[in-house]
Amino acid sequence: MPELQYLIRWIREGCGRDRVIATRDRVLPLDKLEGWTALGPDLEKLRGRSVVLSVQDMASAAAALIELDGVARRVVLCPAAWDPWRLESAAITAEAESLVYDGADAPTIRVSHAAACQFPLRPLASPRIAEFETEWVLPTSGTTGPPKLVLHTLSTLTGAIADAPAQRWATFYDIRRYGGLQIFLRALMGCGSLVVGSPGEEIGSMLARFGSAGITHISGTPTHWRKVLMSGQGHRIDPDYVRLSGEIADGPILSALRAFYPRARIEHAYASTEAGVVFAVGDEMPGFPARWIESVGNVVELKIVDDTLRVRSNRCARRFLGQDAPSLSDENGFVDTGDVVERRGDRCYFMGRRGGVISFGGLKIHPEEVETVLNSIELVSASRVFARRSPVTGALIYADVVLRDGCAPDADTELKILSACRARLAPHSAPAAVRFVDDLPMTAGGKIARHG
Amino acid sequence: MSMRDTILNEMRAIATLHGKRLPELTDGLPLSESGLDSLCFALLVARLEDILDRDPLSETPNARFPSTVGEFVALYEEAVA
Repeated sequence: MPELQYLIRWIREGCGRDRVIATRDRVLPLDKLEGWTALGPDLEKLRGRSVVLSVQDMASAAAALIELDGVARRVVLCPAAWDPWRLESAAITAEAESLVYDGADAPTIRVSHAAACQFPLRPLASPRIAEFETEWVLPTSGTTGPPKLVLHTLSTLTGAIADAPAQRWATFYDIRRYGGLQIFLRALMGCGSLVVGSPGEEIGSMLARFGSAGITHISGTPTHWRKVLMSGQGHRIDPDYVRLSGEIADGPILSALRAFYPRARIEHAYASTEAGVVFAVGDEMPGFPARWIESVGNVVELKIVDDTLRVRSNRCARRFLGQDAPSLSDENGFVDTGDVVERRGDRCYFMGRRGGVISFGGLKIHPEEVETVLNSIELVSASRVFARRSPVTGALIYADVVLRDGCAPDADTELKILSACRARLAPHSAPAAVRFVDDLPMTAGGKIARHG
Repeated sequence: MSMRDTILNEMRAIATLHGKRLPELTDGLPLSESGLDSLCFALLVARLEDILDRDPLSETPNARFPSTVGEFVALYEEAVA
């Protein structure tokens, strides 16, 4: 058995470098966490417990995670926006008897013990002792039904993180979701710093703060990056490394980022809460090399079954929590990602979610495939394709389109967009109509909102 | 604008967007000869729902799909009456 690692180790190792985790409203000085605490005397009451972490501020979340790793038996990372009903439901499923919260009042859920995560930090009464392999529990970001709780450990979460010292990271993600948590852990393990957004903060404000902090590495979804390019504030940062994940990175966004950040290395990563980090693609082309499928001896094994990608690696989550929870992987340990992949020659391309397919006259349409075509049109800066119910044809394919600056939202523009789609898509896939919108709805996870 | 004008304007706009040629739109013109295909009609119904907030084809149980331009206009006139 390899020796267990705890987050506090990377606090100690990175000491003396003025590392911080900063939101708009708060700065967490990491050096100080060796001898100071946000949880106070309550920290010892959480030892060996299963803890629901429900805090509003991401610097509080970071402090609590660092302090609880190795101390709590289990930590459930709840999104800031969760109401007491959802918190309690998660607490029951995760058999949590404790709660960590910030702000004035604890959420009213039934737990035996509630601890406040408070700033400024207070001196720690005794040296930190980390002893448990804490289970990290993340809700799935599924868009339908109640979220499932996915169980990871620090070992599964950090399996893809290589030695990369002293990076100054920024992310548009919430660090309590899988994509953001990866960046939080990268910053900690690389003895670097991290700057993150605050709830409701505009992308321009984030970019200004990221730029002032001199960030070198930055991560977000393609939707986040389209917003950056549309914001007019993208020049505020000058990163060495730009990472896209969480959604399909299409050719137009990759080449737009290449043109905008000529100095940066650009990668699109493929990961999910259940399957963990699968791979990162660095050749700035959409999709990934087909030879990665069924290559023997890789750390991450891939296969395509029924058109969807299956993954097996030591970065996959251990299991779902809950009495009637389904199995996370098949009998051979492969996780079904639900992401549809199509092989064309020596490249594989992501087509969309299996559950997101639109049925149209018996034919299947992946909204993401249509969006890729839309986004490649000169007039279009971002798009969202969806099905609208129709009493005539059953469904109609509509596209919400954000135009580039200076393009008129008129019938002539709509005609140009529809014609370009018809020229490049199968007749059933081409949108029937375009709606011009100022902005696209985004989920808390930074992805295009496809429901509601 | 009258219901008839609203509908005929939308038919012309959709025909332009989808590269269809329309004959003269008279009441007696069968919809099957209007130059619009089923996708265009689906779009027409959707655009009229956006404008009028009504979708008589879905709202009326067992609604008979109109067969002429005049019947189509009448269906909408009755729906908003």
